[in-house]
Amino acid sequence: MNILIGGEAGQGLVTVGQLLAKSLVRSGYFIVVTQSYQSRIRGGHNTFVIRVRTDEVSTPQESVDLLVAFNEDTVALHRGKLTPAGLIVIDGASDVKGDCILKVPFKDLAQGRFSNIAALGIVGSLLGLDIGLMTEVLDNFFGKKKPEIAKENRGVIEASVRWVAGQATSVLQLPEIPNAVQRLMMNGNECIALGALSAGLRFCSFYPMTPSTSIVLNLAGWAKQMGLIVEQAEDEIAAINMAIGASFAGAPSMVTTSGGGFALMGEGVSLAAMTETPIVIVIAQRPGPATGLPTRTEQGDLDFVLHSGHGEFPRAIFAPGTVEECFYLTRRAFSLAERYQCPIFLLTDQFLADSYRSVMPLDIKSSPPLRVSSEVVVESLPYKRFAITENGVSPRLLPGISEHLIVADSDEHTEDGHITEDLSVRTLMVKKRLRKGKWIDSDVIPPDMQGEKKPDLLLVSWGSSKGAVKEAASRLRTEGKRVATLHFSQVWPLMPEQFMRKFEEARQVVCIESNATGQMARLIRRETGFQIENKVLRYDGLPLTPESILRELTH
Amino acid sequence: MVTIDDYGDYETAWCPGCGNFSILKAVKQALVARELKPHEVLFVSGIGQAAKAPHYLNAHLFNGLHGRSLPVATGVKLANPGLTVIVESGDGCNYGEGGNHFLAAIRRNIDVTLIVHNNQVYGLTKGQASPTTAEGFVTKAQPEGVASASFNPITVAVAMQAGFVARGFAGMIDHLSELIQQGIVHRGLALIDVLQPCVSFNKVNTFAWYKERCEPVGPTYDPTDWEASMKVAGQWGDEIPIGIIYRNDRLPFEEHFSVLSQGPLVGREVDQAILKEIMERYG
Repeated sequence: MNILIGGEAGQGLVTVGQLLAKSLVRSGYFIVVTQSYQSRIRGGHNTFVIRVRTDEVSTPQESVDLLVAFNEDTVALHRGKLTPAGLIVIDGASDVKGDCILKVPFKDLAQGRFSNIAALGIVGSLLGLDIGLMTEVLDNFFGKKKPEIAKENRGVIEASVRWVAGQATSVLQLPEIPNAVQRLMMNGNECIALGALSAGLRFCSFYPMTPSTSIVLNLAGWAKQMGLIVEQAEDEIAAINMAIGASFAGAPSMVTTSGGGFALMGEGVSLAAMTETPIVIVIAQRPGPATGLPTRTEQGDLDFVLHSGHGEFPRAIFAPGTVEECFYLTRRAFSLAERYQCPIFLLTDQFLADSYRSVMPLDIKSSPPLRVSSEVVVESLPYKRFAITENGVSPRLLPGISEHLIVADSDEHTEDGHITEDLSVRTLMVKKRLRKGKWIDSDVIPPDMQGEKKPDLLLVSWGSSKGAVKEAASRLRTEGKRVATLHFSQVWPLMPEQFMRKFEEARQVVCIESNATGQMARLIRRETGFQIENKVLRYDGLPLTPESILRELTH
Repeated sequence: MVTIDDYGDYETAWCPGCGNFSILKAVKQALVARELKPHEVLFVSGIGQAAKAPHYLNAHLFNGLHGRSLPVATGVKLANPGLTVIVESGDGCNYGEGGNHFLAAIRRNIDVTLIVHNNQVYGLTKGQASPTTAEGFVTKAQPEGVASASFNPITVAVAMQAGFVARGFAGMIDHLSELIQQGIVHRGLALIDVLQPCVSFNKVNTFAWYKERCEPVGPTYDPTDWEASMKVAGQWGDEIPIGIIYRNDRLPFEEHFSVLSQGPLVGREVDQAILKEIMERYG
């Protein structure tokens, strides 16, 4: 079942969408939400699409079973996607004509409250959701501060349910889930925020930029209780430099941005590398170049993040494939940043950032807890922040915690951190920093391989398209094709020994990416020499879906 | 008991006769007078000859990027407010490359002492105009003379009601040291713009030029009178007022954050109970 709620910005469709999605998750269903919106506050055309299933689901679908139209444009734009048994729900005053239309007297049902509460009641009861559950979701959403409002909301839901009962449309009822398992409803950005909190985040600076902003909005509300500082900087340059300062002083730090903002952070990335300051950098991609499509999705910044920052230094880049991975990989990013004392990246995109899913409660107990500094050993005076070591990582002490002096420099520096132009020291320091890269290499998450051992077709993907590619493969298998998938959730460093055999064993390899030039395919070729000839590339600003992949594969 | 020897004595990369030597001396004197131990003080600097100054004394140091000292210092101070944080860098670094951060730092009023070595020229890159270079000043990069008006940091800071605004002169070490001490004691952002001759690239604003003009504000001068301060801040020419030009008692930035009442952000455990509560909100 796929439910599309569409209308203008400012009509409250996201609220209805969230309330409905939450009611579905609480009823035990699996969901994938795709939010498509324009870069404006009022007007235009936005959609909130909920794919619902009784079993696990991790990708959107294109056909629509229930079209909830907040205006007539929505019907015109999406009617073509309606399945034969599908239904359009629209306000009774509308002129829209045709079959399968349910015209609802929203204003009457709302009884002076918001029409979108009536919309929730209508859609919820069409799907067969429990009244008590829907009103509970409403109460949670609006808060239980005013009991009379809660009572009114309940009245609207009940009236809507009664109205639906009087109509002859029960075909949309979802199969009931007995003993529903309690899951959470979270999107990618919320999972990144929670992952960072559970890792021990203490400082986050940012400059607002869609689609990354909701990460910090989720952090800011809890900053006081969780003991961290969230600071909106004057620009992205300040944001990354502040985070580096806080981390230098011992506070695990993160910055969040999107491509354009990240462009301003480039010099800071290099600074973190040179001063060996741990930092986690989250980039939620949107289509570029320049301002591009501010509210849409793309995987166009892999090359950029891989190469950002002048000079040579090690880094790791994670690209979560699911919202759960947003949580666990954020935590891993913090742990790597502290262990290797370097910048670690998390590369997501608008689709995943905004995509609500039903997830099992997350393992929030971080074990082991983040280790920020080494033990203070007084005998080793004077302390050398950049002592040359075998694995390249120097014992790290923090300023203000002991009498040791901590000196770091963006210039090339001696072991004690002071500026130097001694070229033999330069060589030693370059080697020391790059040795950390060797250690990072030994700690890379292998790509996830699923399906036949020696497939006729191997689908290669990375980041947020994981679910779409997996489902496309499984649909091909039902047609009798021998298909396997290889998905990268860590896109740097690449360790060819982890996956080269899979490439060689497959009769055909296709790389699937949300960009126009096949950046991952190019990276794989650069690192392994293996050329992936065939690509499925989507770059219209919408996420990859199983349908979009299959269309390209079969034509 | 802290002595000047605790802060060390190091070989520098500066030109003989550079105003930086006097500023370094004034800084050390101020730290000793405040009885601050080297491990209690953290310097942040940028790029330029001035930014090398903290390498030549004993203290914590983060020598970062050109223009970005103030954001780094802000992060440090928020993470560990117990540290005495001093930014030391030049006019190009703070007023040019880092201009936006200068404005934001004044607005925040973070408790950082900002010492700007202002020699009205880019020394390290060999003599191009800086934001404080006088209009018409001829350089190899500006052969027809600087076309932009010069930036007056004191006027801007006073106009924005910065917490503490002072101007010193590298040629008056004791006076300058006193200003730095006051800046350190002040709770909030303390700007100390230090006029400094560049012996290699500024043949106009020489030691003698400044000496003739710099005049400390008198004992009756009231730096808390904003309107009077605005007038003094704009004075430049035959007489250049030095001293504390303006001050107020705005709340320091870090005091807006209640989490810091429990001490630094360093070494805290994750509160598992609250974390669980947060997660359950998504249920």
